[in-house]
Amino acid sequence: MTAVASVSTNAGNTDKGIEALRRRAIRRHRLARVGVYLAAIAAALICAGPFLWSLITAFKQSPDLYQRNNNPFLYNLPSTRKHVMYLFENTAFLTFVWNTLWVGLLVVAITLMLSLPAAYALARLERPWSGPMAIAIFFVYLVPPTLLFLSLSRLVVAVHLQDNTWSLVLVYPTITIPVSVWLLVGFLKSIPKDIEEQAMVDGYSRLGAFVRAVVPLVFPGIVAVIVFTFTLTASEFIYALAFVAPTAEKVISTGVPTELVRGDVFFWQSLQAATVLVAFPIAFVFNLFLDRFIAGFTMGAVKG
Amino acid sequence: MVQATTSRPETELAAGTKISRGDRRRLSDREGFLAWAMLLPSVVYIVALVGLPLLLAIAFSFSDVTAGDPSFDWAGLANYRQIFDDPVFWRSLQNTIIFTVGSMLLIVVFGKVLANILVADFHGKWIVRFCVLLPWTTPVALSAISWLWLLDSIFSPIDWMLREVGLINGNMYWLGRPNLAMLSVIAVHAWRLIPLAAVIMMAGLVAIPKDLLEQAEIDGSGYWRRMFEITIPLMMPLIAVAALFGAIVTFTDMTVVYVLTRGGPTNSTQVLASWAFFRGIEGGDIGQGAAVALFLFPLLLAAAILILRAVRRMDVM
Repeated sequence: MTAVASVSTNAGNTDKGIEALRRRAIRRHRLARVGVYLAAIAAALICAGPFLWSLITAFKQSPDLYQRNNNPFLYNLPSTRKHVMYLFENTAFLTFVWNTLWVGLLVVAITLMLSLPAAYALARLERPWSGPMAIAIFFVYLVPPTLLFLSLSRLVVAVHLQDNTWSLVLVYPTITIPVSVWLLVGFLKSIPKDIEEQAMVDGYSRLGAFVRAVVPLVFPGIVAVIVFTFTLTASEFIYALAFVAPTAEKVISTGVPTELVRGDVFFWQSLQAATVLVAFPIAFVFNLFLDRFIAGFTMGAVKG
Repeated sequence: MVQATTSRPETELAAGTKISRGDRRRLSDREGFLAWAMLLPSVVYIVALVGLPLLLAIAFSFSDVTAGDPSFDWAGLANYRQIFDDPVFWRSLQNTIIFTVGSMLLIVVFGKVLANILVADFHGKWIVRFCVLLPWTTPVALSAISWLWLLDSIFSPIDWMLREVGLINGNMYWLGRPNLAMLSVIAVHAWRLIPLAAVIMMAGLVAIPKDLLEQAEIDGSGYWRRMFEITIPLMMPLIAVAALFGAIVTFTDMTVVYVLTRGGPTNSTQVLASWAFFRGIEGGDIGQGAAVALFLFPLLLAAAILILRAVRRMDVM
């Protein structure tokens, strides 16, 4: 190894022009490295800044917080856990978390059960109508909650689910199914057709080949759908605000902003604690699956 | 039955089949049934809970349904006449356009920049990615609350920093002045969606053939030249997809507005979506709310068709 390196540097020394060029290239390379790090740090700070500020705020004492000239980024008075405890002990925060979790999981289950077969039908069982149908399903995604919440709230009343968290379980799949189908079609198209054909040669029916051979292979796509669906469900605001009013039935996205604000009184520290407690775990999980998600997105977008 | 359907499935499946034709024909017969059976549940769900409500919304907009009096009476164009006479509606329409165009520009430009940063190689990428994902994966209502506190009229740390630097004396009242409030709402909304745009565009960046860029570099074109003449043209379809998603989410979003300003001060940040909500749910006038909300639909459809057509025309990837 060293021999090879020294030979190459010797060869470089014979030609001074090349050496100078290389030095310039190295200097430019170093500069670019510094630039990349600076840009990355700036991006991270801009994106996460508000949450870091929330984190600081959550442990502040009120007299420290409500003092206009205190440095807002430091603890001018000792930090306190009081407001975080308040969140757990005196508010329905844990109820909201629980509601968000079970609604999210049920919606994920419903979404997968419906969208996986649908995506397979569109990606593989080539019917003349599968192209237009795929576009139609994509267009459903363009129909926004803001357009539907008024009539859906009437429908929810009609099926006696008003002020009930189950109304969200019923309605959220309408948002998540179109996106999931779109993502899954991309993933399914990337699986070679030979796989099912081989399975069918081995004696499975078409459906059997789908369940036994294709579903395991599309697992990365399923994970992407689970993560994405859950995030969509947890962030949804309009339906949750329009359909559900009682405290015990609320989810995080509506419960925290409405229950921790009484009239004009904001429980700032507790609000910020809630934000951080929700934000960090979701971003953490999403980060684990980001690459899969990107893969699914490209395939859905470009090939679908 | 088997004979009747031979011609079409065979042409469809003619290429690349390893199985004998006889087997294939039987299987493809079953495929027709399977395709429907697998698709039907999703279609039924969507028709029942999107199609039907959409029709209902259209019907409501021609009726006098209110929260107190849910009986359906035909009201003709009364709701539309009323909202057209309402200056707040026009204000909201204008704000919606400013909000959408402003956010979109920020989202596309900074999304591209962020995507470039994220595909670069550096240590600590995981933690940077985590930070970058935060705005997007956090429920909007919660991150908006964080911003509400950041932009607080008295205790805003942004104001504190500006005071320390000596740029201002008092407070900016970010959400209290019409233009600043609009700016804040746009900035917060863009901040939230830039990571999504970046993630979509990252996919495009990764897909660009490396040798193309290397060749260009050997031929002596610099970073910016490569960026504007190779990377961006090749990524156009994905930039368009990111823009489409962004536009739709922006156009119809009311969460940021609802939490930060509730449309204020004096409707200067009121958008169509939030106005429909205040009218329809909080005001109880479902007919008028529906009419306002429906106004989103044609604009949305036009935007979607335009962007999809643009993607198809380019069709580079």
